[in-house]
Amino acid sequence: MKRRKIDLKTLPAKAGNEVEDRLGVATPLRSIINKVFPDHWSFLLGEIALFSFIVLLLTGTFLTLFFEPSLKEVTYDGSYTPLRGVHMSAAYASSLDLSFDVRGGLVMRQMHHWSALVFMAAIIVHMLRIFFTGAYRKPREVNWIIGSLLFWIGFLAGFTGYSLPDDALSGTGLRIASAIMLSIPVIGTWLTSSIFNGEFPGDIIISRFFIAHVLLIPALLVALISVHLALVFKQKHTQWPGPGRTNTNVVGERFFPRYTIKQAGFFMAVAGVIAVLAGVLQINPIWLFGPYEAGVVSAASQPDWYVMFLDGSTRLMPAWQINIGIGNGYVIPPIFWPTVVLPGILTTLPLAYPFIEARLNKDNKIHNLLQRPRDVPQRTALGAMAVAFFLVLTLSGGNDVIADKFNISLNAMTWAGRIGLLILPPLAYWVAYRICLGLQQHDREVLAHGVETGIIRRSPDGRFYEVHQPLGHDHEALPYAGWVVPKKMNRLGALGPALKGFFRPLERPAEAPVSPGHPPVEAAPERREIESKH
Amino acid sequence: MTVQTTGGNGNGHGSSVPEEIDYDDPRTTRFEKVKAAARQDGVDIVHYEPQFPERGSRLEKRMSRNVSFMFLLVGLFSTAFIVLYIVWPWRYKQGDVMMKYYTPLLGITLGLALLFLAFAILTWGKKLLPKEVSIQDRHDGGAPEGDRRAVGQTLAYMVEELGVKRRPLLGLAAAAGLAPVAAVVAAPLIGGLIKNPHADNQMFVTGWAPIKEPDGSTRLVRLTRDDGTPIRPADVSAGGQMTVFPGIPEGATNVHADSPTLLIHLRPDDAAVSRANNVKGTGHDKFDRGDFMYGDYIAYSKICTHAGCPASLYEQQTNRLLCPCHQSQFLITDNAKPVFGPASRSLPQLPLDVDDEGYFVARSDYQATVGPDFWERP
Repeated sequence: MKRRKIDLKTLPAKAGNEVEDRLGVATPLRSIINKVFPDHWSFLLGEIALFSFIVLLLTGTFLTLFFEPSLKEVTYDGSYTPLRGVHMSAAYASSLDLSFDVRGGLVMRQMHHWSALVFMAAIIVHMLRIFFTGAYRKPREVNWIIGSLLFWIGFLAGFTGYSLPDDALSGTGLRIASAIMLSIPVIGTWLTSSIFNGEFPGDIIISRFFIAHVLLIPALLVALISVHLALVFKQKHTQWPGPGRTNTNVVGERFFPRYTIKQAGFFMAVAGVIAVLAGVLQINPIWLFGPYEAGVVSAASQPDWYVMFLDGSTRLMPAWQINIGIGNGYVIPPIFWPTVVLPGILTTLPLAYPFIEARLNKDNKIHNLLQRPRDVPQRTALGAMAVAFFLVLTLSGGNDVIADKFNISLNAMTWAGRIGLLILPPLAYWVAYRICLGLQQHDREVLAHGVETGIIRRSPDGRFYEVHQPLGHDHEALPYAGWVVPKKMNRLGALGPALKGFFRPLERPAEAPVSPGHPPVEAAPERREIESKH
Repeated sequence: MTVQTTGGNGNGHGSSVPEEIDYDDPRTTRFEKVKAAARQDGVDIVHYEPQFPERGSRLEKRMSRNVSFMFLLVGLFSTAFIVLYIVWPWRYKQGDVMMKYYTPLLGITLGLALLFLAFAILTWGKKLLPKEVSIQDRHDGGAPEGDRRAVGQTLAYMVEELGVKRRPLLGLAAAAGLAPVAAVVAAPLIGGLIKNPHADNQMFVTGWAPIKEPDGSTRLVRLTRDDGTPIRPADVSAGGQMTVFPGIPEGATNVHADSPTLLIHLRPDDAAVSRANNVKGTGHDKFDRGDFMYGDYIAYSKICTHAGCPASLYEQQTNRLLCPCHQSQFLITDNAKPVFGPASRSLPQLPLDVDDEGYFVARSDYQATVGPDFWERP
């Protein structure tokens, strides 16, 4: 038999042709490779959320292999001696085992928790970027809606996961959640007892939360994230205005190789930071809290940071109870407003915002160019208002810790929060609005009069004035292009590039540009010490 | 070398047909083929500039040395991670210092390995690969008018063919038939989950309800510690307090999550005030609790009426009980009425007595509803 010679050189081409004959992927592959992505650091915030979600999936899968989602009572006999012999739920005992009796289990647990915190933080920062730059405008309203929903689903994922270990803190959180559900008028008790299968805490809630946390919610997250990314792909990313950038093109780098390489590196960076955080900064040390008992709680019990704003709103709410005197009498407890009505408003208002803004501006155009926050003062101010509102609530969620650390009366903290919640958001609106106008004005000023050079000239008649470097030709005011206006001479190339090399320069220094207006610099005259005679 | 290209379709008019290129022509460079391929996707590579003006320059060598070094560090830290993972003592031993470093060491080695990998990849991509600027057309706004019409007509024709408009009965019957099918899907889910919250009157009964013996008599429930031992008045000193649980099976567990109670031994003058206020009642629940206290002892539900946390921080000086979850404060000497914070309802008071053997008992269950408020609380 004659051996067929394999020509290594033509092998890739041949293999490629064979694949193409069967699958027909060449054209879509080419179009993906060639897809252009605009680049800016602020476009990477959503990626942090995506990458920490991947870390969440990986570490979470590991945790499910050891966690036992059951409220069955067991007596702990693991290696953590301080809790030996204590009666606790199987969920809590298996969480302790994960921390002490599974090799490397604790670092996985802490990575899971840290990446959840990073996930939520990245979502919020990413949404702020989208909001302040107007990236949610037509045609991207659907992706804005999906993003907002992702925040709330992530919130639920976080809360259900936080509840699983059944330690003293998470049990208290669950108890509060049951109180929130109870407070809903008419259906509250039915809803609560349906979810808990009877009275709180019942014996099945951990199993139900478990399946929600590891299957239902992640499936929903994966589905929505996929649609979110597919839409970004389909609609193409927004871009900042700038030279050559229009509403109908994308200026940037092709997807492969540079953009993908940067994404891969960024994923490793996010995962690396999470790993270091998980190793160095202890998080949720459940063995110090003890098992959940209905009668035990410790002070300074705070939820994860993204739940704290609801904790804060609950703390600040005055004790306004509504009694309805029909029949035996009915009650709407005060906790209903800050924990059911407020999140309801916070969910629906952002969903409607892109449409409200378009309606008010009578704007039906397609927008692919971002707006600088300063150029839309109303929106920026509204956003600042929302941030101030969120911050007051979040700080109030930890007001007992602040009161304790700074020796302030707890009641004073609560009142400060109540008053702050009413005063600070409008104040933030006003301040942000004024800052936007100021920045706008300064941009126009530089465009009209040029960049400050720092050179002070004295005219023959004795007046001093500063030399400005005009940006346009013939001292003409340039139109504002919606993009950064250079405001320092360095930005105009007044400073040469820095030389590379630690001990000696690795390259020949470029010839320094000589400004025609200035004489060449002369060597300084030799200095002589001033002598003094006594 | 800087490759600058002009022309093509890089100025936003993607409709022009990309010129054909002979991929076998040895005279065209591979990069020119790449650019031709990009143009087929409406992408124009307008600027493509190697990072280093001359190939193999010292700067380039140094940069590739840096990247290589970082890859070696990745290997180093990954190996360190594996070695530490295997050999470092990790089992919990009380007072052992070494084992405390297990998790930090794993986190740091893994994190550094990943971070150096990140730096290596990023430096490779950003400092060694050529810089480029490419422009692609967006093709926004969906299909052109003609296509839209085509799809619209197809859809409209489809609906027409179904003939629901011509045969209204069919449509109505289908709707009437399909609605219950949706209910069939939902029914097992909802039906299986639904649970009557008022079965056994559970919202209003706690572990303190007197027990009905088989012979028809009732037995009062003792106040016990969490280990089940009963409590005599002498066990709580004046000004002191103790968390007590109903002396029934599983009374101190979460099965009776609404039963934990705070037993307080008031100082005599506070006790006098409390007793007087007990008779008066307070706020909206003005019923006489004149006989709820036993001597200077008073007992309130520990479950906050706001969100159900244990209101367990007792401040002796002011006789206030603080809930650490949302800072509701209750005044013990005035029927535990809420005096600050979001709680709107007094803590329920447990009527106390002492049985023949000298142990505390609850004379009856709580008279007010324990725990967080809800719609149908009378």
